[in-house]
Amino acid sequence: MAPDAAVLVILTVVGAATPLLFAALGELVVEKSGVLNLGVEGMMILGAVSAFAVAVSTGSGALGVVAGMLAGMAMAFIFGVLTLTLAANQVATGLALTIFGLGLSSLMGASFIGIPVEPLAKLSIPGISQIPIIGPLFFGHDALVYLSFAAVVAIAWFLKKSRAGMILRAVGESDISAHSIGYNVIAVRYRAVLFGGAMAGLGGAFLSLSYTPLWNEGMTAGRGWIALALVVFSSWRPWRLLVGAYLFGGVTILQLYTQGAGGLGIPAQVMSMLPYLATILVLAVIAAGPWKGRLDAPACLGKPFRPST
Amino acid sequence: MSLSTSFKIEPRREIPRSLLYATPLLAVVLTVVAGFFIFLFMGYDPFLSLYHFFVSPLLTFYGLSELMVKAAPLIMIGVGLAIGFRANVWNIGAEGQLTLGAITGGVVALAFWNQEGIWILPLMCIAGILGGMAYAAIPAFLKTHLNVNEILTSLMLTYVATLFLSTLVYGPLKDPMGFNFPQSRMFGDSALLPILLEGTRMHLGTVLALLIAVAGWVLMTFTIVGFQIRVLGQAPAAARFAGFSRTKLIWLCLMISGGLAGLAGTFEVSGPIGQLIPVITPGYGFTAIIVAFLGRLHPLGIILSGLLMALSYIGGENAQVEVGLPQAVTGVFQGLLLFFLLASDFLVRYRIRRRAAVPQAVGAAQPAE
Amino acid sequence: MTAEANAGVPRLEVRGVTKRFPGVLANDHVNFAVDPGEVHALLGENGAGKSTLVKMIYGVLHPDEGRLLWNGEAMDITDPHAARALGIGMVFQHFSLFEAMTVLENIALGMDEPGDMASLSRRVVEVSQAYGLPLDPDRNVYTLSVGERQRIEIVRCLLQNPKLLIMDEPTSVLTPQEVERLFETLRKLSAEGVSILYISHKLDEIKALCDRATILRGGRVVGECDPSVETAKSMAQMMIGEELKSVTRRSAGTHGEARLAVEGLTMPSEEIHGIDLKNVSFSVKAGEVFGIAGVAGNGQNELLLGLSGERLAHHDTIVRIDGEPVGRRDAGARRRLGICVVPEERNGHGAVPGMSLVENGVLSGHHRMDLLSNVFIRFGAAARFASEIVEAFDVRTPGIAASAGSLSGGNLQKFIVGREILQKPKVLIVSQPTWGVDAGAAATIHQALADLAAEGVAVVVVSQDLDELLAISDRLAVINVGVLSSAMVTKEASVEEIGLLMGGVHGLEPAPERAPEEAANVA
Repeated sequence: MAPDAAVLVILTVVGAATPLLFAALGELVVEKSGVLNLGVEGMMILGAVSAFAVAVSTGSGALGVVAGMLAGMAMAFIFGVLTLTLAANQVATGLALTIFGLGLSSLMGASFIGIPVEPLAKLSIPGISQIPIIGPLFFGHDALVYLSFAAVVAIAWFLKKSRAGMILRAVGESDISAHSIGYNVIAVRYRAVLFGGAMAGLGGAFLSLSYTPLWNEGMTAGRGWIALALVVFSSWRPWRLLVGAYLFGGVTILQLYTQGAGGLGIPAQVMSMLPYLATILVLAVIAAGPWKGRLDAPACLGKPFRPST
Repeated sequence: MSLSTSFKIEPRREIPRSLLYATPLLAVVLTVVAGFFIFLFMGYDPFLSLYHFFVSPLLTFYGLSELMVKAAPLIMIGVGLAIGFRANVWNIGAEGQLTLGAITGGVVALAFWNQEGIWILPLMCIAGILGGMAYAAIPAFLKTHLNVNEILTSLMLTYVATLFLSTLVYGPLKDPMGFNFPQSRMFGDSALLPILLEGTRMHLGTVLALLIAVAGWVLMTFTIVGFQIRVLGQAPAAARFAGFSRTKLIWLCLMISGGLAGLAGTFEVSGPIGQLIPVITPGYGFTAIIVAFLGRLHPLGIILSGLLMALSYIGGENAQVEVGLPQAVTGVFQGLLLFFLLASDFLVRYRIRRRAAVPQAVGAAQPAE
Repeated sequence: MTAEANAGVPRLEVRGVTKRFPGVLANDHVNFAVDPGEVHALLGENGAGKSTLVKMIYGVLHPDEGRLLWNGEAMDITDPHAARALGIGMVFQHFSLFEAMTVLENIALGMDEPGDMASLSRRVVEVSQAYGLPLDPDRNVYTLSVGERQRIEIVRCLLQNPKLLIMDEPTSVLTPQEVERLFETLRKLSAEGVSILYISHKLDEIKALCDRATILRGGRVVGECDPSVETAKSMAQMMIGEELKSVTRRSAGTHGEARLAVEGLTMPSEEIHGIDLKNVSFSVKAGEVFGIAGVAGNGQNELLLGLSGERLAHHDTIVRIDGEPVGRRDAGARRRLGICVVPEERNGHGAVPGMSLVENGVLSGHHRMDLLSNVFIRFGAAARFASEIVEAFDVRTPGIAASAGSLSGGNLQKFIVGREILQKPKVLIVSQPTWGVDAGAAATIHQALADLAAEGVAVVVVSQDLDELLAISDRLAVINVGVLSSAMVTKEASVEEIGLLMGGVHGLEPAPERAPEEAANVA
């Protein structure tokens, strides 16, 4: 493959990986606090449609991104009220969030189908961005790509080094202990859940404003679920999440390219199955492998908690 | 904080049955109220919209028969899922198992497309059940052998199943005389479910769906198997203590829910559709999750909630025709309904009481330095 | 300092404190006071309301009525932060620790101003050495013994210079030797002017340690006394409120071959931080009560699972009932052959909280009580079985349709014990038979176990309460870190010997100044 073509491939991998990375990072923080939000897909797609609608209406990509995050947070807030305040089953609520998000997004997006949007601006540093290979590879992305890397670093630092991160881990490890030494478990979890919503919304915004950039019904196509699987894959570690997201971005792009190259005689639909089959395979390998990483799963993951007073 | 000082929220020691079954009605009422405001907000006449969504489809005989046609798969799948949910087995890939059942049942029909025989339909049903079961066996195996979360695997398989169906109808199963449209041949007459009422699409499967719900009720209420499933879901350690095999029960739950979804898939293609096409379900497999919860995971309750959810489909179509509402409203309604139901559960599990007395001491002082 | 300014004023005074939970009046107008430097005991049975009371003092719970006075001033202790700001520290009965985190992180989490981690780490080492509580700040909590975990909680309090230290049942998880060392630390603190509120139901400990005792029964204060002048018996009567019954045993006892034989049971724990069983062997004859002593969390749960069949052994012959190998058979199959089990955890293990007593009867009794006809449950027979249990074991319940979760802990325990005994087992395995039940019910349960043994059943009792085992067992063995000691005849065993076994020879890190003496003891 010519160097330029290789650069192009890598760029598309970055595009495919970034939304997964955002959504999965958010969910990682949520799960570290002991909450399992299965509604990532719903938050993501509502983020995608909101970002798109606002960007088209205002002409501002930045406003679109903000709208996407706010939409994700709004969905996360519903989840928080139900599971944290009202102690509803987290699995059922997460599913409801996804069903609701898919419905609401197609309702909101009906009039935006087929409308073009100005993609998010790519970073462009005169001189440097034009350097062959290195230029486009490192200096040719939009701001969100850099933000996603920064988020990995920031979240890794937050969880490991900061006191707030330590409290968040403690809440996910033992809600009862955290409560009995005086931490407001519900408040910590609300913050984590809202952050997770914002990140999922951001992932959605990247999809509709940068990756495609178009709005289409159901355009997240299971990416929210793959993000959930990535969190398991990463054993709740931000750096491994980065690796996982790019691995999956690679699989997605591989499938697109083999389709483009005549598909080796394999029907396009079969190639499209790849990311989903890869997810199942990865989950199985992680579960069977020697590095099970069970130690890292927050002990209170998915358990409802209501403090007695 | 004023709320928490003047009211006290206590877990109930005993769940009142009346509330358990009344709260779904409350959730429906709240959804309708929310719908009113959504329609208003979207610029539609809320009364007219609600009328065409919830009432007018029920006023014609054909409308009622369509309700049954759409409720049948929801009830069948919902009953199967509810049995699994009772055991904490979260099969959310019924949509994929339905698709597989449609494919396996459909392949049988197409294999004998130019033959007659009363054996064809039963053979299709068996193939449909086996197809759904085989597909549910993947998450079952992964969960029981490797402890892989069935939620993610069953859901991923749904995407795969849809793509698989598409592969088939664009490829090997494409109708050779079909002008290259992505669809199979029409099934032979022997492969079509008998219509029960002339002039409607109400097929034999609608009655079978009701019988399946009753069978589910008997299984869950009166047999040791249903008891084991309930114990596993409520207290896994107690199930093991009693010697109930978790592995067997997980398999059983996934086989029941997968098999019923597969059968529903076969019914869809051999009933209302009559051939294999790329999209055979408007999300029945997902809606059935709501059906199961709204029916309180009780097979008889699921009959009612299945009918209601069927109405949300028909009402959505009807309101689209009558007042131009987008069809996506259906999905929004379904999600809202589940939200309200989950929220109202709080009333079932907790009691909110006014505090007996002002609790805190007067005049809080500062800590001594 | 305020304490000096208000000489003669109690450091903490509790006035008319009342706390209600659904269906329970946990504290009913409780009054008492703790002076500076005093070691004050809160004495009461399980369920007397002691833990609820101290959780209110520490701000975890809030009183429905009444007030708390700190150095004579009314205080509104809204949460544990407020309590710590006042100078109140608490060591919880069920530790408030985070297993997957380090000692240092656990300590930092329990402090409001921990400062930077490096200097905190130095202070932890300093304080832990000063009080003879050795700790490595960088270890993960799940690698520590229960005694070491308790040290974390204590050091965490000490770092904040407490004026009142609350200890909730601190010795229930310690060996006798560890208890002695804890007492030394507490006496030292008391001498420094720290008030200590010491919660226990163990009379000899209170006599040994405390200056004053407030006695709680059924949520009410029923008396106050000076433990040094009272006898253990007189305090026990105040605590229990009735004459103590003793178990009567027909001593004729054991005969024949072993009914239950365990030979070389080795089983890795399935819990992440659990204890692996290592080569456990023992046997129990008909008519014998066999006790298994040990500090909580030393493999008792794993052993129970291995005996009941909830987990399988590697070979069939490792576990035998009446000579028949059952090591590879599951719980249902073993129960059919005659092993009945009362697990330690009632809700969720021995019973399903959301199910009725009738259904909970079916749970373990469906085969031995013939409650099935093919796959269908015979609900009539099941109801009769549940009624029989309720009647025979005096289970206080509105009816057999009530859910197990709605029963009080003690009544549910009676139901579960009754359910297993009425199934006429050949081997009965009971864990913590009298946890949370009142003295009357405890006596009933002990008597039932003794009667069962007299009928030729082999009874295994696993308990953390050494006194209980000394009272009811014929032979006993001690489990420590998954290893079971050889069995000894209870009458001939000394408490000191059992205590050393409970600690494990290597498990106890001796306090520096006492090291030579203890080494001598072990040798």
